[in-house]
Amino acid sequence: MTTMTIAKAINEGLRATLNNNPRALLMGEDIGPLGGVYRVTDGLIGEFGADRVVDTPLAESGIIGTAIGLSLRGYLPICEIQFDGFVFPGFNQITTQLAKMHSRSNGNLTVPVVIRIPYGGGIGSIEHHSESPEALFAHTAGLRIITPSNPHDAYWMIQQAVDCQDPVIVFEPKRRYWLKGEVDTEAPGTSADPFKAHVLREGTDATVVVYGPLVPVALAAANAAAEDGRSVEVIDLRSISPIDFDTVTASVQKTGRLIVAHEAPTFGGIGGEIAARISERAFHSLEAPVIRVGGFHMPYPVAKVEEDYLPDIDRILEALDRALSY
Amino acid sequence: MGATHLPSTEFDSTDIEDQLEAEAEARLGDPAVPMVQLLAPDGTLGSDPVFSEYAERLDPAKLRSFYADMAKIRRFDVEATALQRQGQLALWVPLTGQEAAQIGSGRASQPQDYIFPTYREHGVALTRNVDLAELLRQFRGVSNGGWNPKDTNFHLYTLVLAAQTPHAVGYAMGIQRDQKFAASAALADGTAGQATEPNAAVMVYFGDGASSEGDVHESMVFASSYKAPVVFFCQNNHWAISVPSSVQTRIPLANRAKGYGFPGIRVDGNDVIAVHAVTEWALERARQGEGPVLIEAFTYRVGAHTTADDPTKYRESAEEGRWRAKDPLERLEKYLRAEGLADDAFFEQVRADGDELAAYVRKTTHDLETPDIRTAFANTYVEAHPLVAEELAWFEEYSAGFVDEAEPADTEAAN
Repeated sequence: MTTMTIAKAINEGLRATLNNNPRALLMGEDIGPLGGVYRVTDGLIGEFGADRVVDTPLAESGIIGTAIGLSLRGYLPICEIQFDGFVFPGFNQITTQLAKMHSRSNGNLTVPVVIRIPYGGGIGSIEHHSESPEALFAHTAGLRIITPSNPHDAYWMIQQAVDCQDPVIVFEPKRRYWLKGEVDTEAPGTSADPFKAHVLREGTDATVVVYGPLVPVALAAANAAAEDGRSVEVIDLRSISPIDFDTVTASVQKTGRLIVAHEAPTFGGIGGEIAARISERAFHSLEAPVIRVGGFHMPYPVAKVEEDYLPDIDRILEALDRALSY
Repeated sequence: MGATHLPSTEFDSTDIEDQLEAEAEARLGDPAVPMVQLLAPDGTLGSDPVFSEYAERLDPAKLRSFYADMAKIRRFDVEATALQRQGQLALWVPLTGQEAAQIGSGRASQPQDYIFPTYREHGVALTRNVDLAELLRQFRGVSNGGWNPKDTNFHLYTLVLAAQTPHAVGYAMGIQRDQKFAASAALADGTAGQATEPNAAVMVYFGDGASSEGDVHESMVFASSYKAPVVFFCQNNHWAISVPSSVQTRIPLANRAKGYGFPGIRVDGNDVIAVHAVTEWALERARQGEGPVLIEAFTYRVGAHTTADDPTKYRESAEEGRWRAKDPLERLEKYLRAEGLADDAFFEQVRADGDELAAYVRKTTHDLETPDIRTAFANTYVEAHPLVAEELAWFEEYSAGFVDEAEPADTEAAN
């Protein structure tokens, strides 16, 4: 067991991947000598060289598009998109090409491209640097989407994404890059399946489903609720596509109440999908409507007011009150 | 130099000349800029300081086979258009007029090269030995692909314009890495210093319309930066559906390469000998590690954009007539006859082969089986996916509910 930050854990995971797969390579803007704007690739160009840690031209469509070509030639490209809001110049390549290549080739071609995207707010940044666009990608069949919330998962999930034969987008919770935790680099343990949700805290009164940056917020909310005598179960979804509905369903069958929280706007979001599925799967277990906590239907607001936009402990507790008093 | 010019040291008056040329081109449909041409429309063979050498490599049998390929694909085009009109295909994308651009470039490629087409490269498909009946699957609506690119190194058609161009550059970057792996292996086993392996390049097709897409720009930047072994083959057929090429560019497209830092060449796209020569040169150069080339094949889409298009709405038939006078097949036929390289029996045989191909395609198209939607469930992901499994299970149960209704009524009577 080693203690490290999420950023360092991803760095170590990438190092392990580059060591284990001669055909794996990193591509992105400023990922070479600078080590990426978040230093996630720090030091890797020195160890693996410029052919395997590739500083690309500043062009996201070009990055994803050339990664597709490299994967068709048998390589394992791991692309870094600098910020969530800058993925959109590459959106066409991801949704019309990457997601569909296996299907449209009748299964003859595989494109195991990995795309890393730092996402989410709470860092006081300027426009386009704080967004949570995961639902746009989850809506696209052919992609898999995972998001780690702690260093151990971060270390293993990036490697599991590379091992997966499908294209995988790894959304990295940028405001948690410096969150420290224990990492077992010997074995993934309970994190062996990146597409499985984890029950982080057991409870009996209500279930709170979160992922990525909101996991520590939900755990803090559960602690606060416990002081009021409420037993809250917290689930870290980990995978946004596919979603592990079995784990969520089992939890709701026990607690009878469900709150889903994410930074992304609630309208058309992952919370709505979970609410719909759980109402189908566990209708008779529900004691209250599924309540969503998320961003508002507006462009991500300016940094000085983002605290009013982002779900926090109080907003999760308010939702809990509503669920329990229904 | 006009007073409005930017104070750049890079600019000279050629940009103004280029613009005038583009305007002349738009008016006349004539190439007003230097263009590699070996075989003139009247069937006479000219010379070129660089490319005549490549033309001289072509023996009579090869020249005849170029003609045969062009004739075959034109016959195929007629047949596919007829199949669409008869409701056998949902859509057809005709290539007539562009046979030389496609056969000449495709025949210059080698089996180890990898080709990324757009969606009109039926002629290139022929040169890569793609089964032409397989190619019709996509247009019949029974597949989004139809052939396995691994069999022929001819990628699937890409319909999102220019999206295949960065794929080509990435694939070429992969070849570069393969070459480095091979070089280290050679160093390890003491065979270093021999030929570059794999001795392969990539060629990507796009049109004058797609040249405006950002992906072409990004691809050319990547290709130039990494000196990738890729040939950009632009068929300037003058019309992006209804919009003339003068709206896509105010300078000859080949000149754009200069801005990216690699050679750009305009070739007479209706001259199969020149197209073959220029492409062979560019591919050889790319395989040897000398980087990308942009080839602009100056040609014309004589027919409609697709069978859903109506060119009479946007262009004069006189323009089509001017281009028909530059027909790629006719000029090669004139040359072959004048030089005594082919006789009536040859051309008769080509016609018979074309009819045979048409009959094969017609029969095979009628017989193409409609796929089961279960294959779409199976091919969405490589690895097991719970949502797909759940939806498939539902579909199976739902479908099973119709089994009784699907039984013909007379089966019951017979019981």
